[in-house]
Amino acid sequence: MGQIILKQVTKRFGDVSVIPPLDLTIEDGEFTVFVGPSGCGKSTLLRLIAGLEDVTSGEIRIDGKECSTIPPAKRGLAMVFQSYALYPHMTVRKNIAFPLRMAGIDKAEQERRITQAAAVLNLTDYLDRRPGQLSGGQRQRVAIGRAIVREPAAFLFDEPLSNLDAALRVGMRLEISELHNRLKTTMIYVTHDQVEAMTMADKIVVLRAGHIEQVGTPLELYRTPRNLFVAGFIGSPKMNLISGPEAAKHGAHTIGIRPEHITISPSEGAWSGIVGVSEHLGSDTFFHVQKTGLAESITVRADGEVGFKHGDEIHMTPRADMIHRFDENGLRIE
Amino acid sequence: MATQASRSAARLMMAPAVILLLGWMLVPLTMTLWFSFTRYLPMRGDSIERGLQWVGFENYVRFINSSSFWPSVQATLMIVGGVLVITVILGVLLAILLDQPIWGQGVVRILVIAPFFVMPTVSALVWKNMMMDPVNGMFAHLWRAFGATPVSWLSDASVPSIILIVSWQWLPFATLILLTAIQSLDRDQLEAAEMDGAPVLSRFFHIVLPHLGRAITIVILIQTIFLLSIFAEIFVTTGGAFGTRTLTYLIFQRVVDSQNIGLGSAGGVYAIILANIVAIFLMRIVGKNLDR
Ligand SMILES: Nc1ncnc2c1ncn2[C@@H]1O[C@H](COP(=O)(O)OP(=O)(O)OP(=O)(O)O)[C@@H](O)[C@H]1O
Ligand SMILES: [Mg+2]
Repeated sequence: MGQIILKQVTKRFGDVSVIPPLDLTIEDGEFTVFVGPSGCGKSTLLRLIAGLEDVTSGEIRIDGKECSTIPPAKRGLAMVFQSYALYPHMTVRKNIAFPLRMAGIDKAEQERRITQAAAVLNLTDYLDRRPGQLSGGQRQRVAIGRAIVREPAAFLFDEPLSNLDAALRVGMRLEISELHNRLKTTMIYVTHDQVEAMTMADKIVVLRAGHIEQVGTPLELYRTPRNLFVAGFIGSPKMNLISGPEAAKHGAHTIGIRPEHITISPSEGAWSGIVGVSEHLGSDTFFHVQKTGLAESITVRADGEVGFKHGDEIHMTPRADMIHRFDENGLRIE
Repeated sequence: MATQASRSAARLMMAPAVILLLGWMLVPLTMTLWFSFTRYLPMRGDSIERGLQWVGFENYVRFINSSSFWPSVQATLMIVGGVLVITVILGVLLAILLDQPIWGQGVVRILVIAPFFVMPTVSALVWKNMMMDPVNGMFAHLWRAFGATPVSWLSDASVPSIILIVSWQWLPFATLILLTAIQSLDRDQLEAAEMDGAPVLSRFFHIVLPHLGRAITIVILIQTIFLLSIFAEIFVTTGGAFGTRTLTYLIFQRVVDSQNIGLGSAGGVYAIILANIVAIFLMRIVGKNLDR
């Protein structure tokens, strides 16, 4: 079990209001990702749920039980920190055993759970090492191991992969998703990396300045962003946003079109421009098209084999059914 | 220092410093050793110019057989041990306290460090006359206020009194080192332990104390070196009476009061041996912390 409900939760640090009244429901077994730009209050929200910060007002219900004044250890949640927060003077085994020792679980049961967690996380060979003798990825796994053995109602992750290099991050991303599939426990995962959000989440919560901008599955957010902020935040490369006469033609204040929804041609199309920088990824190429008269620069995603060079003239046609329209308040027009 | 050439150049350039340091240490040490094997009583007309009479181990035997030798070793160890225990325990507690966000933190920190800037002689005099004086001291007033008979601290509780004075002087040092160590503790670790269900005391013993291990080791090692040779505090307060004659003080008495340089030197050599025994012992039990 691990249903988490936030009701009218607010948080202030002195005079600064970091979280305005906020409602959110996280269902049991869901993999929820909080995304948002730096400083938007993702960590704060997670720490409120964990109990490491007190709510200023509002309710936090875990499995129906009001928890906002209960100390962290009693909430039945486990947290994985960005800095891993392993205990440097204890071996991996002792690190993983620590929450069990504190809970007064007997030695045999401790040993059973440690062995099991170590097997799941490929840590069996490292149990007698200290954290200082492990690589970043291994440390991260120990931190996850320490969370798993408690068999918590929900896992909380605060940017757990941001200290790892790109290749390892992809690997750990898969491992965490795999772990979620196996344990089927509620997980809340904070990141500012929208690729992590898109690939791992059942449900994404987009935050800005403590406000929830939109909640939905990755594809809902990708297909029907509720406002300009979400439109610009979800998707990589970013959606092209065009305002002015071109938007007016579609009866909107601003229109948005994703780079992958624009077809290009050397000779004809709705829009034209000059190719600026092109980024070759092998499978795809991103062209940054300038001098279109629409926006500063339009990004277009094309097949890796398409050969436009810097300075070439390029013609582009947006796919009509993929144009997102927004009104002057930045809200989506259906 | 990778190549042969740079290595020998480095050796050449370091040589003057090494030779100076060696001379600095070796000359007094050799002279002490030499005197300790001779009869050297300046009041009886012995002097280096006239040549000193070689007496072999006589001074050593006399020093160790004197009735004040073992009590002095005992007093030394008691004072050093007592001060270490008090400064480390109070130092840890004070460091934790000072680490909390309290009002007027800056001023409080300076006040805590202040005793360290007071010269030992001065602080001992202040303690003797202002605090511990059986008639006019603060403690005497305090005792009388509660209707108790004032204690004459420096004669009736002489060793604890000396320990108190010296601890007061060294507490700031311990606190300062432990405070910087506490400040370097990763807050996430404490929060992780909190999430793991460790109550305040468990967090202290499982997370904070191990983190401080290395700093405590350093405090103990450095303080021991200085505490083995405390002198002014004893000279000013009890003058070595009432069981406060440490080894250092005994040597002083042998050399200055009895004008027996040979005997004093032999005591000095014993002091070196004692210091090394203590050092090895300390390294054994706490030095493990430093390898990590
Ligand atoms: N203890 C605190 N006291 C005062 N302000 C704080 C405190 N902790 C966080 N804040 C403020 O709250 C806001 C949200 O911080 P938070 O750490 O939740 O951001 P975040 O979304 O996790 O950002 P990042 O992606 O950079 O980690 C920030 O503006 C920050 O300055
Ligand atoms: Mg954060």
